[in-house]
Amino acid sequence: MNAVSRALTDGWVITKRNLIKIKRVPEVLIFVLISPIMFVLLFAFVFGGAINPGDGVSYKEFLIGGIFAQTVVFGATFTGAGLAEDMQKGIIDRFRSLPMSPAAVLVGRTTSDVVYNVLSLIIMALTGLLVGWRIRDGALDALAGFGLLLLFAYAISWVMAWVGLLVPSVEVINNASFIVIMPLTFVSNAFVPIQSFDGVLRTIVEWNPVSALTQAARDLFGNLPPGETVSDAWSLQHPALYTLLWVVGILLVFVPLSVRQYRLASSK
Amino acid sequence: MAVAGNDGDEGVDELTEMISATGLVKRYKNVEALRGLDLSVPEGKVLALLGPNGAGKTTAVRILATLIKPDEGTAVVAGRDVLNDAEGVRRSIGLSGQYAAVDEHLTGFENLEMVGRLYGLGGVASKARARELLERFDLSDAGDRPSKTYSGGMRRRLDLAGALVAAPPVLILDEPTTGLDPRSRQQMWEVIRELVGAGSTLLLTTQYLEEADKLADDIVVIDHGRQIARGTADELKSQTGGERIEVVLVDDGDRDAAVAVLGQVATGEVQSGDSERALTAAVTGGADSLSQVLAGFAAGGIAVLDIGLRRPTLDDVFLSLTGHATESDTDSDAGSAGGEGA
Repeated sequence: MNAVSRALTDGWVITKRNLIKIKRVPEVLIFVLISPIMFVLLFAFVFGGAINPGDGVSYKEFLIGGIFAQTVVFGATFTGAGLAEDMQKGIIDRFRSLPMSPAAVLVGRTTSDVVYNVLSLIIMALTGLLVGWRIRDGALDALAGFGLLLLFAYAISWVMAWVGLLVPSVEVINNASFIVIMPLTFVSNAFVPIQSFDGVLRTIVEWNPVSALTQAARDLFGNLPPGETVSDAWSLQHPALYTLLWVVGILLVFVPLSVRQYRLASSK
Repeated sequence: MAVAGNDGDEGVDELTEMISATGLVKRYKNVEALRGLDLSVPEGKVLALLGPNGAGKTTAVRILATLIKPDEGTAVVAGRDVLNDAEGVRRSIGLSGQYAAVDEHLTGFENLEMVGRLYGLGGVASKARARELLERFDLSDAGDRPSKTYSGGMRRRLDLAGALVAAPPVLILDEPTTGLDPRSRQQMWEVIRELVGAGSTLLLTTQYLEEADKLADDIVVIDHGRQIARGTADELKSQTGGERIEVVLVDDGDRDAAVAVLGQVATGEVQSGDSERALTAAVTGGADSLSQVLAGFAAGGIAVLDIGLRRPTLDDVFLSLTGHATESDTDSDAGSAGGEGA
């Protein structure tokens, strides 16, 4: 068996192990699913009247793409926290003393977190439909939108995996990811239209991959004002491609970095 | 690594070394956790690594289990070099740590099945092996409950079972009974004895002389990352004066009579204790000696305030080997927090 197929075979064993936890501790899942509902409702009703994203599109419609992006990116915190917990409990030592693929624990963790994100996307989409969000382009486009969200979240998972192995403390991971992910998602077009940013901040927002992800999702769901050019930046002219470039870039850097960190990881 | 007679010209080799380490050094920031440790365990034998917290036991275990790399020195486990062939070592060892590394959300069965699959045993064999081990470790009834619900002793047994899934030729047990209640400790000892009886090579670390005595063929005493003594339990005990009876008399007028009674079982001179009324006698007969002394005292009408049989402890071994007790050296504990898991 070569290294990749072993990483996948062993990774699947770890994925199943992580999924059993969802079954045994459903409270965690409920918590994961309630927060996106809360976000959709809060933003839709609190800011719904105050922000006008452009003619022909309601804020609720505009908002959902941003909420999707923010939630799946935040979901990566789970990856970091899960690995930190495994480190603290010493089970990483058990895994590291086994003749298994050194990538398996990471492959398994990031894969099982895709399942979390799929579930939260379903819940958010249903909540969105309730408050007036609609998929206005074809179903295939919409699926591509969900796929892009999951891909980007998967890449961010590998970043958090590295952090989780580097700083094996669940508390630190939660706070650290908040400090990084909060600005990343708020300094973007996720919640407010890009026109409302000026100067340097506008440039940052335009090249923030979360903006491109959000833009691509809105585009694929048909939630953009028709015919309007929101930005001349290349990143937002080709948001799906720009997002995919980030996904590839992040994975190329953080997969090897995380696997290396796993090999060095020493729990106690 | 002594490879038994594969050249043909070495004649009958001595026992094959299953674990052999030379000059292991491991440094953490400002502390040397290991300062040139040598270890060797022949096939089918049990070596106990005995020492207090912070002595470097866990660091040694982690090096042999390929979890960390030594800064200096070499180690070969089951013919595989820990540095050049970590994967080969991992195929040959079973590790059970002082923190039971079981997934608390999985059942006992699921834990063992997962380990089997990660060894590459395949689904059917992993399941069969998991059931077999649960049976053997007296966990069948609890096998389908999440291991979170297990007692400390059950978790330890499950962890040990995990180390045995692939029936590895070498077992490494890091403080297998630390933190267990006496009954669970006894059970654990029985399990370990069975394993050794079945021919496994075993390296175990412990803080208890009694444990090393019960389980090991050979004991290496380490302190501050270095070997300070090596021998069988009997050899170490004889160095420390073995067991002794300590008596405190009610009346120091009985002193001569008491010395006479003690003299009948003592292996040497009867010593004075802390006060005029305290006496100490080295013995070898254990509880028999004690009851003989009690009978003698009763016959002679000698009243005692306190009497007891003292077995040598790790403290005694340390005291006689190093001149200091098993202090919890704060420097070494803090420094080894990275490797010792104290």
